[in-house]
Amino acid sequence: MIASARTPALRRLLGLLPALVVIGLFMLVPVAIMALYSFLEANPFGGVVWRFSPEAYVQFLFERDLADNLVFQSGYLIIILRSLGLAVLATILCLIVGFPIAYFIARQPARLRNIWIYLITIPFWTNQLVRTFAWIIILGRNGTIELPFRWLGLLGADDTLGLMYSDFAIVIGLIYAFIPIMVLPIYASLEKLDFRLVEASADLYSSTFETFRRVIIPLAKPGIVAGSILVFIPCLGAFIQPDLLGGGKKLMLGSLVQFQFATARNWPFGAAVAMILLTFVVLCLLWYAQAARRAGAQSGALAHA
Amino acid sequence: MPEFRNVGEVRGLRSTAYGFMAFLYLPIIILILYSFNSGSLVMVWSGFGLNWYAKAFGNADIQRAALNSLIVATVATALATVIATLAALVMTRGGPFRGRGASLTMISLPLMVPEIVTAVAMLIVFAGTGLSLGLGNVIIAHVTFCIPFAFMPIRARLEGMDTTLEQASADLYGSDWATFRYVTLPILMPGILAGAMLSFVISLDDFIITMMVAGAGSTTLPVYIYSMIRQGVTPEVNAVSSLLLLASVLLVTLYWLVTRNRAAATA
Repeated sequence: MIASARTPALRRLLGLLPALVVIGLFMLVPVAIMALYSFLEANPFGGVVWRFSPEAYVQFLFERDLADNLVFQSGYLIIILRSLGLAVLATILCLIVGFPIAYFIARQPARLRNIWIYLITIPFWTNQLVRTFAWIIILGRNGTIELPFRWLGLLGADDTLGLMYSDFAIVIGLIYAFIPIMVLPIYASLEKLDFRLVEASADLYSSTFETFRRVIIPLAKPGIVAGSILVFIPCLGAFIQPDLLGGGKKLMLGSLVQFQFATARNWPFGAAVAMILLTFVVLCLLWYAQAARRAGAQSGALAHA
Repeated sequence: MPEFRNVGEVRGLRSTAYGFMAFLYLPIIILILYSFNSGSLVMVWSGFGLNWYAKAFGNADIQRAALNSLIVATVATALATVIATLAALVMTRGGPFRGRGASLTMISLPLMVPEIVTAVAMLIVFAGTGLSLGLGNVIIAHVTFCIPFAFMPIRARLEGMDTTLEQASADLYGSDWATFRYVTLPILMPGILAGAMLSFVISLDDFIITMMVAGAGSTTLPVYIYSMIRQGVTPEVNAVSSLLLLASVLLVTLYWLVTRNRAAATA
């Protein structure tokens, strides 16, 4: 060990310090301050008034009527539920589509496998905003999908299929943005799968479905869990897709946060929404850590993405 | 292993995979195709032309945004790569120590927290402290979230490295510094290069965090593209977007080649 010379502890400290200071100062501390902000009073001109107030959290379920009574309102609750619903839907669809793809790639010869993985990784590293914009051109009014309908006269000049600005468009956008990070971890666990086990299962007269259910799925589980978490978290906090494809009307948690900070200028409420989003993420990660420990999975599946 | 070929083979899988590739790439191809539309409406094809590229290149705002993007990505990458290399060396060569797990969690924090949360948290701090360094704010934000992306390939390379060479150098009375400089660093270089490229791409493509922390005058290319989309789409957006896509694809391809050679070398 080269680092175990005179003062290994000092050396470790010096090596780690820059990373920990930067992330601590510009990530951990800011999130802590944001948590604090969510309990302060809003300044109508943006920013906060330094006075404790649970108002931001109350605002989720209630609004004040003219007589200052709290009246239940479901608007923000619906946004939370929509975010959870759309994120779950997108994650499940990513899994349904991504699993067979990962399986197919894992069964390819080694050289081809690399090319497939490269092709799947490329879109993931390109600009998400630009890739989402592409779907405006495809789904939008007079877009690529509507074109043939117009040529065939099935769609009048003023008609539209109404694909854009819908939950459908948002989910398509989410799947498109995040499906590569579903395929990669599943592929990582399927690649390690010993296909002799699959053959053994077939030799023992199990049907393809039984083999799939009892052999392949259990062995691929670490990858499936990792992939689902990796897709679910960014879907839940998505901003670009609901903003561009949902037309800013179908808000999700991520777009609600942005809206509160940039437009509505209610920072404590925005911070409270961000805290709720963060809580869901932490719950997911804790559940994942537990599942990973139970499955005795290595960090390999996560590290692969 | 040809004898296992037919077992576990599912019909229609190949066509599903090709269909999936079409789903991944057709939107990008359509986006690029429309950038060559000479008319002023994105959705109405009026003939082939490069005029929107000419317009994009001549647009002073785009030039400025592109320059900002390059400055931010270059500076953030340089800083993040150095910081990540130091951290990765401690993590892989520092032996066991207290707080190792916590440090690792801390370094991967930017990967776990949703971007929009990071974005507003940083905005609160920058606004609250009155820290306004122009592009400096954007660079600070980018360094922070680039660190884990640079860290991952560097650590992977260090873990995959044969330590016998380092031991040999130490046995031959090479000082720690000499061993690091002449043995570890050269072998580690592809990992550092890969980490730097990854963090450059991540920085170049970032939109949400930059949008929140960038003041007037520090607009980057993705933030500018967003404002263009908001104002109504012309093929100029497609032209700029295509160029940005091209830059990312080139960088990722380079990254892939660098890491593939590594795999070939260790095999």
